[in-house]
Amino acid sequence: MSARACEVGGDDTAGRLVRPFTLTGGRTRPSRTDFTLITTVTAVDPPPERAPRPQPEQARILRRCARPIAVAELAAHLDLPVSVVAIMLCDLLEAGLITVHPPHPVTPRTPDLDLLQKVRDGLGRL
Amino acid sequence: MAGSDTTATAVAPPDTVKILIAGGFGVGKTTMVGSVSEIAPLRTEEPLTSAGLGIDDLDGIEEKRATTVALDFGRISISRELVLYLFGTPGQQRFWFMWNDLAIGALGAVVLVDVRRPESSFAAIDFFERRNIPFVVGVNGFHGEHPYPAEEIREALALPEHVRVLLCDARERDSCRDVLIALIDQLIADARKAS
Repeated sequence: MSARACEVGGDDTAGRLVRPFTLTGGRTRPSRTDFTLITTVTAVDPPPERAPRPQPEQARILRRCARPIAVAELAAHLDLPVSVVAIMLCDLLEAGLITVHPPHPVTPRTPDLDLLQKVRDGLGRL
Repeated sequence: MAGSDTTATAVAPPDTVKILIAGGFGVGKTTMVGSVSEIAPLRTEEPLTSAGLGIDDLDGIEEKRATTVALDFGRISISRELVLYLFGTPGQQRFWFMWNDLAIGALGAVVLVDVRRPESSFAAIDFFERRNIPFVVGVNGFHGEHPYPAEEIREALALPEHVRVLLCDARERDSCRDVLIALIDQLIADARKAS
């Protein structure tokens, strides 16, 4: 459990784990499961009037998602684990400061021929 | 275009899909991602602790310790509305499959195989077979050389007939693109069969 890692101190490995989760108030699971690696997030511009003032790390995220960006890219740019970024995105979503665009649904049983053809054509143009 | 943002109309977020690039240690996964990606590969890391890993595979290391699972990934913009992400697991990682989010919603996978060490890709092949995730096998030639024909490698890997095996060079963009196209072609053929 990641929560356990938060209690460990001392060596470098633990140090790396502790810091990110202090950003999330010790939570290790997002309260919503909206954020996959390729979920796209976008800052709401202008932010809603009643929105709470974002904390510094949140402000960093909001700057990064002024244009739509995938969660994995966001995490890579911020140098934070995806799970930590997802928790912070949860807060931003609940505050109305970002919008979320889920990945294109892919289910093995109902393949989307139109989508596959688009990907095929796009790769063919490379 | 800093300064003009306030007048810019909102950019609609693209639809996103992903393909996984898997295979054994040092087989060229990150190289492949880098060869076809429009951006320099990015890395993100996820800490997994031993408590979540079961007891089987820590080689006698008793202390609780964290394992970091890294992903290298790249991006191919198919169009303004559609972006394809490629996710590869770099380095010697036994735990990438713990990252459940990785496999869910993937179009399919490319399993890269090193002809000199095919057994290093067995785990990846098993993983996708068990989860019914469609995949193709890319045989990455050392220095681009291919001493064995694809069919011989298929036999060595005991792959079923419907899994395509392609000889490739992970350093070459066109070669990697062709492997991805083969995967999509297989998906399209499967979809037509199903409908």
